[in-house]
Amino acid sequence: MSKSISYLIRRLGFYLVAAFAALTLNFIIPRMMPGDPASIIFARFRGKLKPEAIEAMRQSFGLTNDPLLVQYWSYLKGILGGNLGTSIAYFPEPVADIISSGLFWTIFLAGSSLIVAFSIGTLLGVFIAWNRTGRLDTLLPPTLAFLGAFPYFWLAMLSLYIFGFSLNWFPLGHAYGNEVTPGPNLSFILSVIYHATLPAFTMIFVSLGGWMLSMRNTMISTLGADYITFANAKGISSRLIMLRYAARNAILPNLTGFGMALGFILSGALLTEIIFSYPGQGYLLLQAVKSQDFPLMQGIFMTITFAVLAANWLVDIAILIFDPRTRK
Amino acid sequence: MKNKIQHSSIVTRWFAGIISNKKALAGSCIILFFVFIAIIGPFLIQSPTDFLGTPLSPPSFKHLFGTNGQGQDVFSQTISGARQTLFVGFSAGILVVLIGALIGGIAGYYGGQTDDILSLIINIFLVMPGLPLMVILASWLPPGPGTLLGVLVLTGWAWNARVIRSQMMTFRNRDFVSAAIISGEKNIRIIVVEIMPRMLSLLASSFIGASIYAIGAQVGLEFLGLGDISTVTWGTNLYWASNDLALLTESWWTFVPTGLSIAIVSFALTLINFGIDEVTNPRLISERLWRNKVPRNMITNGITPVLKKHE
Repeated sequence: MSKSISYLIRRLGFYLVAAFAALTLNFIIPRMMPGDPASIIFARFRGKLKPEAIEAMRQSFGLTNDPLLVQYWSYLKGILGGNLGTSIAYFPEPVADIISSGLFWTIFLAGSSLIVAFSIGTLLGVFIAWNRTGRLDTLLPPTLAFLGAFPYFWLAMLSLYIFGFSLNWFPLGHAYGNEVTPGPNLSFILSVIYHATLPAFTMIFVSLGGWMLSMRNTMISTLGADYITFANAKGISSRLIMLRYAARNAILPNLTGFGMALGFILSGALLTEIIFSYPGQGYLLLQAVKSQDFPLMQGIFMTITFAVLAANWLVDIAILIFDPRTRK
Repeated sequence: MKNKIQHSSIVTRWFAGIISNKKALAGSCIILFFVFIAIIGPFLIQSPTDFLGTPLSPPSFKHLFGTNGQGQDVFSQTISGARQTLFVGFSAGILVVLIGALIGGIAGYYGGQTDDILSLIINIFLVMPGLPLMVILASWLPPGPGTLLGVLVLTGWAWNARVIRSQMMTFRNRDFVSAAIISGEKNIRIIVVEIMPRMLSLLASSFIGASIYAIGAQVGLEFLGLGDISTVTWGTNLYWASNDLALLTESWWTFVPTGLSIAIVSFALTLINFGIDEVTNPRLISERLWRNKVPRNMITNGITPVLKKHE
């Protein structure tokens, strides 16, 4: 047990180093670009920027005339104090405030689609690997693979076009309607669910196949293991073999994938949010890119990175529980 | 000597198997067709950037796929867009696998501190969320194919490195590797000659997976307007379609041909991957042999051939 804890602490150490590296990358990227970053940014605005905004950006980037190490130190101090700088596009609103409103919508939309896609996909994978002689196993994988081959944003555009424009079944954007007041009331919650349905459905639709296929493939190798044959020979009920013997072991790669998928989906949600004008992180990021709002861009990148790091650590804990071999 | 014979037979059998597999063959034919079009197509068509007809006119004999919002021929745009999209996609695929095999292979084989350090690097790149990082990098760097390639490789290699590392770790503990170590073979030789041929299918499917990823991500970035929007690629075609309000004007022909091309290429690549899996996965091979001999309803669940008890 103490070994498991020391393993988890070691992983935590890894993630802290990774977080540190992300912070450093965030610091380096603007400074690695050809030319002086400050003048690049200022040139892009062609004098449209208010002097206060320029000053705020200098502060948040640490783009002063100090030596690089001093800039780095003041940058780290600012971040650790929760100061992500001031947005340029939404001046003078602090970046942290803008992000926290976007983060909620992203986690809600991406998180719920991920959980639904993961559960359905994994279960389907178990089922079709188990019934390998069935018709589903010959039909489902190629169909889902074909659907998965379309660019995600293209399918999203098409479904918005068909179900939003033409059929008018779903709203064309935003997280909730104008007629409801945000708060814990029923009409607001229903409106939120209604607005999230189409974007979430497109995300589930394209990611389902991946979960199903990876589960099916691992399950097939697991089913070939000697202990399954032995369990068969002992006459254990096939349901028990399927779930407790095979699926439990085959789910490990999918669990590792879950942690990474969180990263993919948080970033993949970017395209969803852009197409469905959903006010999450991704939508904010594109707005930030369009208005050259660099502090906001960097802040969003960092929030997403930290969220992914935390999720991976939680997956480490889950794997420790499921896989006794890691406890050695 | 005996080893050498065995290895060459692994490689030949592998290629022979791919060609004999229907899915892999179909996928390869489609890919070759698109590569052929990408190479010679642009010489045979009207200029994709000239104003050739009334903007947003539907498909006709003069313009097979109609014209887009700038009066450009969509058929020409679809064909000439293939070149840069496929070139960047496959180049990124190759680079991703090379870097992944190098770093993942070393980390998995040597283990210990080497693995700790390399895994740390892999993990750092894995947990950097790809698309936001790509967006930020692409918005700083000058737009163009070089930027796209660099951004795709930088954000894509770690996944392959991780997969190859874990595969290497399972091989590392196999008896044949222990035997090779005891018989005094050098580590480099063990990795390259003993282990890598056995990972051929993984490397090939990694390359294909990486290419699918690279094509998709590249098109996505260009769709967001982060590529060089003055060039004709599949991504910029979709960017302009969306910019010219293709959906609102119901001009489906401006985005359907490009989207379908991307989907067909990705699907063909996936087909090849299925084929590789069927040919190289010993469980699937033995199962297929077994299925040919035994009636369907007598096979139990599970892959190890066990006959159902007669009840």
